[in-house]
Amino acid sequence: MSQASTEIVRISGHAGSVPGAGLNREFQVCKLVDTTTCIGCKACEVACLEWNGNTFSETTFDNSYQTMPETTWNYWNLIKFNEHEREDGSMMLLMRKDQCMHCEDPGCLAACPADAAIVQYANGIVDFQEANCIGCGYCITGCPFNIPKFSPTARKVFKCTLCSDRVAVGLEPACIKACPTGCLHFGTKSEMKELAETRAEQLRDVSGFADAGVYDPPGVGGTHVIYVLHDAKNPELYGGLPKDPHIPYSVRLWKAPLKWLGNLAIVGGLAGLAWHYMRYGPKKAEPIPPDDERRV
Amino acid sequence: MTNGWIDIKNTDMMLIMGGNPAENHPCGFKWAMEAKRNRNAKLISVDPRFTRTSSTADLFVQIRAGSDIAFLGGLIRYAIENNRIAKEYLVNYTNAAFIVKEGFKLPDDGLYSGFNAASATYDKTTWNYEGGGDFSGKAGAAAASGHAPEPVPGNPGGPAPPPALPPNVAYDLTLQHPRCVFQLMKQQYSRYTPETVERITGIPKDQFLKAVDMFTSVRKDGDMKKVATIIYAVGWTQHTFGTQIIRTAAMIQLLLGNMGRAGGGVNALRGHSNIQGATDMAGLYESLPGYLKGPVPDDTNLGVYLKRTTPTSSKPAPWDSMNYYQNTPQFMVSLLKALYGDAATKENGFAFDYFPKPGQDCSWTHIWDDMYNGKIKGMMAFGMNGVMIGPDTNKNINALKKADWLVVGEIYQDETSEFWRAPGITADEQKNINTTVYRLPCAGFAEKDGSMTNSARWVTWKYAAVPPPGDARLDQDIIAEIFLRVRGLYKSDGGKFPDPILNLSWAYADAAHPPLTQVAMELNGRALADLTDPVTKQVIKAGQQLPGFAWLKDDGTTMCGNWIYSGSWTEAGAQIQRRGTEDPSGMGVYPNWAWSWPANRRVLYNRASCNADGKPWDPDRKQIWWNEASGKWVGNDVPDFKPDSHPKDHMGPFIMNPEGVGRLFAPIGVIVDGPFPEHYEPIESPIKNPLHPDQSNNPLVKKFNTPYDKFGSPEEYSIVCTTYRLTEQYHYWTKNNPMNVQLIPEPFVEIPVELAEEKGIRGTDVIHVISARGTYTAKAFVTRRLRPMMIDGKKVYQVGLPIHQGFRGIDEDEERNARTPANLLTPAVTDPNAHTPESKGFLVKIEKA
Repeated sequence: MSQASTEIVRISGHAGSVPGAGLNREFQVCKLVDTTTCIGCKACEVACLEWNGNTFSETTFDNSYQTMPETTWNYWNLIKFNEHEREDGSMMLLMRKDQCMHCEDPGCLAACPADAAIVQYANGIVDFQEANCIGCGYCITGCPFNIPKFSPTARKVFKCTLCSDRVAVGLEPACIKACPTGCLHFGTKSEMKELAETRAEQLRDVSGFADAGVYDPPGVGGTHVIYVLHDAKNPELYGGLPKDPHIPYSVRLWKAPLKWLGNLAIVGGLAGLAWHYMRYGPKKAEPIPPDDERRV
Repeated sequence: MTNGWIDIKNTDMMLIMGGNPAENHPCGFKWAMEAKRNRNAKLISVDPRFTRTSSTADLFVQIRAGSDIAFLGGLIRYAIENNRIAKEYLVNYTNAAFIVKEGFKLPDDGLYSGFNAASATYDKTTWNYEGGGDFSGKAGAAAASGHAPEPVPGNPGGPAPPPALPPNVAYDLTLQHPRCVFQLMKQQYSRYTPETVERITGIPKDQFLKAVDMFTSVRKDGDMKKVATIIYAVGWTQHTFGTQIIRTAAMIQLLLGNMGRAGGGVNALRGHSNIQGATDMAGLYESLPGYLKGPVPDDTNLGVYLKRTTPTSSKPAPWDSMNYYQNTPQFMVSLLKALYGDAATKENGFAFDYFPKPGQDCSWTHIWDDMYNGKIKGMMAFGMNGVMIGPDTNKNINALKKADWLVVGEIYQDETSEFWRAPGITADEQKNINTTVYRLPCAGFAEKDGSMTNSARWVTWKYAAVPPPGDARLDQDIIAEIFLRVRGLYKSDGGKFPDPILNLSWAYADAAHPPLTQVAMELNGRALADLTDPVTKQVIKAGQQLPGFAWLKDDGTTMCGNWIYSGSWTEAGAQIQRRGTEDPSGMGVYPNWAWSWPANRRVLYNRASCNADGKPWDPDRKQIWWNEASGKWVGNDVPDFKPDSHPKDHMGPFIMNPEGVGRLFAPIGVIVDGPFPEHYEPIESPIKNPLHPDQSNNPLVKKFNTPYDKFGSPEEYSIVCTTYRLTEQYHYWTKNNPMNVQLIPEPFVEIPVELAEEKGIRGTDVIHVISARGTYTAKAFVTRRLRPMMIDGKKVYQVGLPIHQGFRGIDEDEERNARTPANLLTPAVTDPNAHTPESKGFLVKIEKA
């Protein structure tokens, strides 16, 4: 979904100038998810469904409160529930809202070959433009967070938009509005970072979580969704949050040096073809064998 | 709630027990998180399961379901032993110093003095204060004024009339007299040692001490600045001693001086948006609107009723007591005028005779038992799903089979209106069920206007969002039409006693469609004659709305449908429709948002937020205070007190008690099963009560005698089971909403990993949970959030199951689950005070399907 009022700084698979560049009136936005005050109420899940008009899908009980194992093409916001026993034997139920992280250096965008199927706005939101999506699924490979999901019916890929349509008109994302405990916050990146660090400090100093910290992974240039974690040293505990996410090297290779090699291969192939034509001329038709031979 | 939702943000310490607000009250729970974030408040979660509330707690303690009084009694002992009590508060604001009658006996053997084994009732004569005045410092002296203690009568002809409180109470302000309430309480809970608590609750001693140390730390060295709150829900009420659990909490809050204070109190979280309103309007059969006592057969006329129900003050002579219920005649007569209008006259005792005066228990389980026994022939079920709610679903379904008719007003095709389709009833059997069922489509909550009263006692008006669909009608329209037709029949055909029906006041603009605005105005009350305030000379003209309950009269010149709602819709307009967002004190009082009963007070008993001199205990959380210059109590909240009572007069802050003080000792049977709470085992328990094995259960609990009222032994049924709700579903409704069904698609049973391993059960396997009454079938949720416990030396497992799914709903209709309601398992035994069934802590066994 295109947001004309939001500045675009990069466009996937696009050569030439970026339309709208320089119309900078945006802050870098950020969603803060404080997992230490999440109560797993799933209001964000429902708000996401309703705002984005995503439809009901049948689920199955899977020995958890978790609605489904992973986000899907029509379920972009999922709280992951993880039972965790600490060293002292005490129990924790870690609940982390999973959704697109809106990386500063988005792997999906890097991997996408379709012109303008993925854009990154100046405010940091990484948005899929489904009209331009060719359904190749390369973005799925490019994402270190397992977020973009392919719809077999639409034959396109979908994910959380950080409610770019709401943000463009000055509203907070739907999940933020629905959150009852103040676990979710929305603002500029610098404000959210400060709020998160203050909360992490409180958790370390007052609540006895010595390893509490903020998750804003540098491997993808930082993210526009950041977490406060009780245990920032082990983000994997929170439903497989990667410790040090990077855009896969295959994507980097393919999109940078290998892309030129590929282009070279195409050009080389064409040149070879031309040389062959010039050297040997067009292909001549073989004489048609008589009917008797064909019958055999 | 004595306080309110937003007020939780003012606390330093939260004990959440018998409730799971993160899941069942997620919007209100934000204030708990605010307190944690902004005040570094601590949260202690005590629960049979590690819940989503526990996940936010600073300390979680797993308790065996039904052993709460042992934990809380142990907390009282710890607070007293370690001097973490509010001494000044205790002496001045509670009955700690009052001396109890000689002959009163503590329940060392499980029984208080006065027990009659034949009738299973108590004679409460000794459950009273001694009269006689000041015995401070005279610890050895007998407090009785010369005469010997009265003998305990043998109770020959039924229960004796309840004893009255003495007007001039004997007291010892040094709290040393062996029979003063404080010493008796200390003695009562001296038995609740950490070791005993561990045996009963299964909480290891070190964890128990950690929890009680954390909670009582707010009163370290008696410093009064900090405040703790206790938050609970139906996890405390649904026991055969539920009222006593809540009383223990109230005692702790009095002992620690947390009542009446911002960030303190005992806070009941109500499970539905308007369950508080339903209770206020006499949801219980024993009460009238505004918690006036319900008439009984002995109340032969209004005078007898008022004499029985209007208390006289009972206090140390130098102290003052407001004894607000001395105004009962004003409240009652105004109620009668609201109900019967001009037919209620002074001459006919304001038509008091019209009131039904039930001589028997008419509470929930009794209704179903009576229907099962053929005494109740029909039922009108509105706004609830009777088959699903109550205990022992099988019994209730079989009771409905015997009824002649059933009227259900609902928005869905629910289990009650389709009880005949319950699993196990064959097509042949269905043919033999002759109950006529009328299902009336009602309007949903968003389709009607009206007021809702939340847990914080805030009465808030809401507006209809959309009209009801199709043939659905508003509840009040359905009830009005039934009433008007019945009245028509009485008019035309006569009847045994037509007066109450014919004379019922029905003065609405449109009789068939009573506007709820007019009902709300009736609840507030209006003048029926010109009234003049003797002091201020303010005049209220006949027909005008009353400014508040202080204007109510007992001579028939005022009418008021519910005295505690008086002030909610005055001449100045509908206070309940106010939407002011100002909060001048910053303490979340919001005095102009909606309206809170009584008199827009946001924190009850707020006089207790100040010391005896009228100065706030904590200057940073000032609620009200005494202003010497104006000679009045002033502040950020409406004083819950006589506004001009000088602190020197020593009027007690607990103005609804005739004593004026908080009751650590509940005298004369206001709580029927004992003046101090005592730990009793649930009716079905894995152990005998370690305190008194010969009196394991609450002696006042009665059992029914139908074939469905069966109880399991711990030998056969060794697992403790509890029931609960999930945040994803709302009671029995949302199983009809695809969105909620997607979030929690199927019923499940939470079982500990160790039990699963023993039984060879893996997560998502279908299992049977079997009690003596029924079998529940669902998938296993194998979890480490429930752990095996050591109870009195015995390894005990606990399992838990949500109540939401039944045999009608999206998944049910597609037969994606076993269609068994959770309450198939629960027993129909109740708390003798509140008649709430014991749905928490009963025995089951589990089997792989």
